[in-house]
Amino acid sequence: MPMAKRGVYLGVDVGSVSTNLVLLDHETDDILAKLYLRTNGAPIHALAQGMRQLREAGEWDVFGVGATGSGRQLAAAIIGADVVKNEITAHAVAALKHNPQAATVIEIGGQDSKIILIRNGVVSDFAMNTICAAGTGSFLDQQAARLGISVQDFGDIALQSRNPVRIAGRCTVFAESDMIHKQQLGHSVADILAGLCQAMVRNYLSGVAKGKRIEPPVLFQGGVAANSGIRYALEAALGLEVEVPPYFDAMGAVGAAVLAKESRFSSAGSGTRFAGFAVGESLLSSTSWECSGCPNHCEIVQINRDGRPLACWGSRCANPMPRTAE
Amino acid sequence: MKITFPHMGSIYIPGEAFLQELGHEVVVPPLATQRTLELGCKHAPEVACLPLKVMIGGFLEALALGADTVLMIGGTGPCRLGYYAEVQRQILEELGTGLDILVLEQPFENPRRITQDVRRLLNRKGIKALPRALRVAWEKLKACEALEETALAVRPRERHRGLARLALAEALGNLRQADTIRTIQRAVQDGQAALWEVADPHKEAMLHIAVVGEIYTVLEPFVNLQLEERLGQLGVEVIRTISVVQWVKDHVIKGSVGLYKTTRLERSAAGYLRGCIGGHGLETVARTNDLGKQGVDGVVQILPFTCMPEVVAQAILPAVSQDLDLPILSLVVDEHTGEAGFQTRLEAFVDLISRREGTCAHG
Repeated sequence: MPMAKRGVYLGVDVGSVSTNLVLLDHETDDILAKLYLRTNGAPIHALAQGMRQLREAGEWDVFGVGATGSGRQLAAAIIGADVVKNEITAHAVAALKHNPQAATVIEIGGQDSKIILIRNGVVSDFAMNTICAAGTGSFLDQQAARLGISVQDFGDIALQSRNPVRIAGRCTVFAESDMIHKQQLGHSVADILAGLCQAMVRNYLSGVAKGKRIEPPVLFQGGVAANSGIRYALEAALGLEVEVPPYFDAMGAVGAAVLAKESRFSSAGSGTRFAGFAVGESLLSSTSWECSGCPNHCEIVQINRDGRPLACWGSRCANPMPRTAE
Repeated sequence: MKITFPHMGSIYIPGEAFLQELGHEVVVPPLATQRTLELGCKHAPEVACLPLKVMIGGFLEALALGADTVLMIGGTGPCRLGYYAEVQRQILEELGTGLDILVLEQPFENPRRITQDVRRLLNRKGIKALPRALRVAWEKLKACEALEETALAVRPRERHRGLARLALAEALGNLRQADTIRTIQRAVQDGQAALWEVADPHKEAMLHIAVVGEIYTVLEPFVNLQLEERLGQLGVEVIRTISVVQWVKDHVIKGSVGLYKTTRLERSAAGYLRGCIGGHGLETVARTNDLGKQGVDGVVQILPFTCMPEVVAQAILPAVSQDLDLPILSLVVDEHTGEAGFQTRLEAFVDLISRREGTCAHG
C-alpha cells in the first residue's frame, strides 16, 4: 500500500556559497529534510540537483514554497515560489521559530554578514556588512585551503590554542599577509587560527554590529556558525552565551518555509505556484544579453525551461519589453 | 555658445527652458547611465564624492554632443560641492576638452567673477529676456515637483508595476515641450490626471516613509538606484523632504540678501544638533525629528559615501530613532553600490515596519 503523502512547505535559500532546501512539516512544524548544497557558481544546477534529491527522499505534497537569499528571484522563477523574501526577514523568522525569546541574531554567511536585533518578537533593527567581505565564510574557506586543513577541522584546531596570536583583521588582504608573517615567525597553526577567529570577531563587532545593543539570547546562524573557534571567540568578546541552533546552516531556508506556511493561512484558498519536483529533470538554461534599446544598456537575463522562457529580468528603464538579443 | 549643465533629477527641464529663453543653444546631457558613471570615475579623483563623478561624466557626454560651455553652481561652506566648479574646471582643462565653466554663486562671494559670468549668460538677448526666462523656469520647476509628488502618491497604488513610471515620464516629456505659462499649467493638470489614471482607487499605501539626506542623492534617481520607485513598488508612499523650490526660496532669494535663517530648523533639531554643519546635515536631523513626531512610519536617509554633513547626521540619527521609537535606515551610495544588497535592505526595512505595525504583508 502506498504511503500517504506528507503535507510540507518547501523553503529555498540560494546564497553565494551554498544553496539550501528544507521541507517543513505542515502538521508538526518539524524539519523533515534538509539539504546543504554548494552553489559552486551555478545556482540553477544546484536547484535542480536539490529538487531531484528531495524527490528521492520521500513522497511529499507541497502546500507552499518560500524563496530567499541573493538568488531568490532565480529560485522563485524556477521552482515557482509563493513567497519571495529578503534574507533578513527569513533569518529572523527562523530564529524566532527556534527560540521565540531570541533578541539578537548574528548571521555570518559565505559573502555577507548581518546582525538582526529582535525586540518583543519583531525585528527592531538590522545591519549588513557594507563595503567589504572581510570576516565571512569565503575567507575562512580560502585560509583553510592555504594551510592545507579542511574547513570542518578549522574550529577544533583553533580551540586547541593556548596563546592566540594577534592578527590584523581589518581587511582580508592584510590579514593574510599578517598570518603569513606570524607563521614564518614560527607560531603554531592552532595559535594563528585562534588569532584569526578573534580578529574576525573584532572586525564583525566593530563593523557590522557597530553601535548595536547586543542582548541575550544570542543566536549564531549561517555556515560560519559551524566553526566552534569563531563561536568561542564571539562568546569571549561578548561575555554572553551564544547559541547555535540545530539547522544553523539552513536557517534562511527554514525561515522561507515558515513564511510560506504563514502566507498560506493569510491568503486561504489560493493554491501554490510550485512547479513540481520534475523541474529537476528538465533542461534549465539561461541566456543573457545587453539590451540596446536605450543608453541604459541594462543587462537582461532570461531563464528558460526546456527551451521556453520562464522569466526575464534586469531591465531598469521605461521600456516595458527589453530588446532581444541580435 | 552651446551651453550644458549637470543633471539633478528633473531640474534639466526648468534649466533648459531658462537658458533657451535667454537665447542660448542648450545641450542637455543624456540622462545619467552606467556609462556616465564610468566616464566620471575615470577622470575624477577617487576620494571625491559620487555627485562630482556623475557630473564629470555628464559633462563629457554633453561635450560629445557639441557643448562648449558648462553652467555650474558654486558656494562656500562645509559641503565640498561649493568647490566642485573649480575642481571640474581643472579636470576639464587637463583633459583638453576646451569646455568653459560659468559659475553661479551668491553675489557677495566673488562679485567680479559673478558679474563676468552673468554678463556672458545674458549677452544674447540681454537683460530684457531675463524676467520671462525666470518666470518660465520657476513655473516649470514647480510643475516638475508637482508631477513628481503626484507620482509618489500614485506608485504604491499603481494597477501594474511600472505604469506610474511610464505616466510620469510622459508627463515630464509634455512639460518639457510646453513653452508658455498656460501650456505649462495645462501640462501639470493633464499629467496629474494621467498619473491618477494608473492608480487603483481601492488600493491604499501601506506605509509612509520619509526620505531625508543629501540633496543630489535624494533627487537624482540614477544615483539613488531609483529609491523612490523601489519604495513605491513595496507599497510605500514616500514623503520627500527635499525640494528645489524651497531651496531656491531659502538659499537663492533670501540667502543672497542675507535673510535666510536656520532658526526653525535648529529648533526642530534641538537636543541633537546646534547649528548648520553644511549641506543638508541640519535639515536631515531636524526633519527626521519633526516627521517622527508627526507619526511617519519610518525614515530613510541617503547619502554619498564620504559626505561629511550627512555622516555627522548619520551618527546622530540613532539617538533620534531611540527617543522616538522610529525606525531609521541609512543608505550610503557610491560607484560600488550593489543593487542586490540595496534592494534587500529596503525590503527588510519595509518588513520590519509592517511587522511591528501588525500589518503583515507577505509575498
